[in-house]
Amino acid sequence: MTYEAVIGVEVHAQLQTQTKLFCACSTSFGLPANTQVCPTCLGLPGSLPVLNQRAVELAIRAGLALQCELAPSNQFSRKNYFYPDLPKGYQISQYDLPICGLGWLDVSVNGSAKRVRIRRAHLEEDAGKNLHEDQKDGSGVDLNRAGTPLLEIVTEPDLHSSDEVDAYLKALRELLVYLGVCDGNMEQGSFRCEPNVSIRPIGETRLGTKVELKNINSFRYAREAVEFEIRRQQEIVEEGGTLRQETRLWDVHKGQTAVMRSKEEAHDYRYFPDPDLLPVQLDDAWIKDLSGTIPELPGAKLDRFVREFGLPEYDAKILTESKELADYFEACVQAFPQPKTVSNWVMGELLRELNQQGLGADASPISPERLVELLRLVEDGTVSLKVARDLFPELYASGEEPAQLVKRKGLVQLSDDAQLGDIVETVLAKHPAQVEQYRGGKETVLGYLVGQVMKASGGKANPGKVNALLKSKLSA
Amino acid sequence: MGHISKSEVEKVADLARLDLTEAEKSLFGGQLSQILDYVDQLQTVSTEGVSLTSSVAEIQSEWREDVVVPGLTVEQALANAPESNQGLFVVPKILGK
Repeated sequence: MTYEAVIGVEVHAQLQTQTKLFCACSTSFGLPANTQVCPTCLGLPGSLPVLNQRAVELAIRAGLALQCELAPSNQFSRKNYFYPDLPKGYQISQYDLPICGLGWLDVSVNGSAKRVRIRRAHLEEDAGKNLHEDQKDGSGVDLNRAGTPLLEIVTEPDLHSSDEVDAYLKALRELLVYLGVCDGNMEQGSFRCEPNVSIRPIGETRLGTKVELKNINSFRYAREAVEFEIRRQQEIVEEGGTLRQETRLWDVHKGQTAVMRSKEEAHDYRYFPDPDLLPVQLDDAWIKDLSGTIPELPGAKLDRFVREFGLPEYDAKILTESKELADYFEACVQAFPQPKTVSNWVMGELLRELNQQGLGADASPISPERLVELLRLVEDGTVSLKVARDLFPELYASGEEPAQLVKRKGLVQLSDDAQLGDIVETVLAKHPAQVEQYRGGKETVLGYLVGQVMKASGGKANPGKVNALLKSKLSA
Repeated sequence: MGHISKSEVEKVADLARLDLTEAEKSLFGGQLSQILDYVDQLQTVSTEGVSLTSSVAEIQSEWREDVVVPGLTVEQALANAPESNQGLFVVPKILGK
């Protein structure tokens, strides 16, 4: 029998706010334990939550970009369970009235378009962090993260392979980063994903038993964990076994999933409306204002780069992967309207340097203006393409004016016929054998001679002119 | 209607980590049943045309600006903890080895 995988994904995206969801503590990552806490996020008696407006705004922005129905009145509920990283004994989350309802995200899976339906997205607070090591007889708890605002984005079970999960996760992360909703840092846990995987015989319409995967902090692990889980479930079913509904953790070292805890009782969370918080009313005017601030999104930008600039889809995809890089490219093209030339430089020379330093294009030491100046020097023949490429790392590092650097290093391209003629004569005099071969019909020798002239000129000779000069002298 | 069985009381108590005596189980079972009876009574009222009410306070949620205000020091945060170590709350071991 053949099976198909049915996968839904929950993503917890940390909202890019300065402060926590219900108190004014900082959300900065990596600070000493329990230094970003106050009575509210510690769950001390007498404290009350007050909602962070910016977090609501970011949730609305995400909802608008995901084409979600926004709930004019939405509400916070308490999700009750006991765990040491949850100081109040409940998590403030949203249950029956989430801020974002049905929506969708279009993604590209191996070149073909797929629409992934969003079931809901809701606001909730993060838990603290348990540290199991370093404590002899117990576990340590750091509550700096407790109360950090998250947007949990849940898809319908529309995905059927690790490729589709991968495409969805990447597209969603890119979207949220574009919007400034989330910094997308997976290692620091700003973008966490939990795929829910089940299988069923092809043709079956009911859903199989679902397994929730946790502890995935990279795209690669998401792919590997989903692939492993589909295989594992198939093997069990094929051997006549039964699957259990459970949560499984991805074990990076073993490359497999292992059961975490049985869900049967754990899921009795007894949600109820949080009496400390009033319903959140979304003002129409506010939503309208915010929808005006949604930037052009990655998919639309990619299409436009292909259409407007005539770029290959490959180039457009790379250039639109971050908003900063796309902006950089567009700034260059505006000043130097040769999109493919600009694209080659940006994807090649510039990205190589930026990636080496782990910098975004907005932090590039060489500005679009400077890069364009360099391109103009190539365009008007002042320097050869090769020299320009060789110079790039230095320009990148120094931010110097390209024209000045070229002059200072004496690299202005040699295009003067008389000067070039002298060099060509010298080279021909030194290589009588090759001259003989060429005249005897072996024209490939020309390339060698051009190389010699370039070398003799210190790389400064204009290759086009050298070519023409050599040909005319050799046939003379 | 609405009679809460002893096993239901036990389940709810277990979820809330409450250790009840037999006498308490029967006392709370009776009280919980009364509460449910009251809710049943409310449910007989026609609510057609009444929009969903999750709060009786007719006011809009209060916002807070996204501005950091220093909270407690680590010493203050840990002051009431029965056990702490190196800036961490220490609780009984969560994961058995």
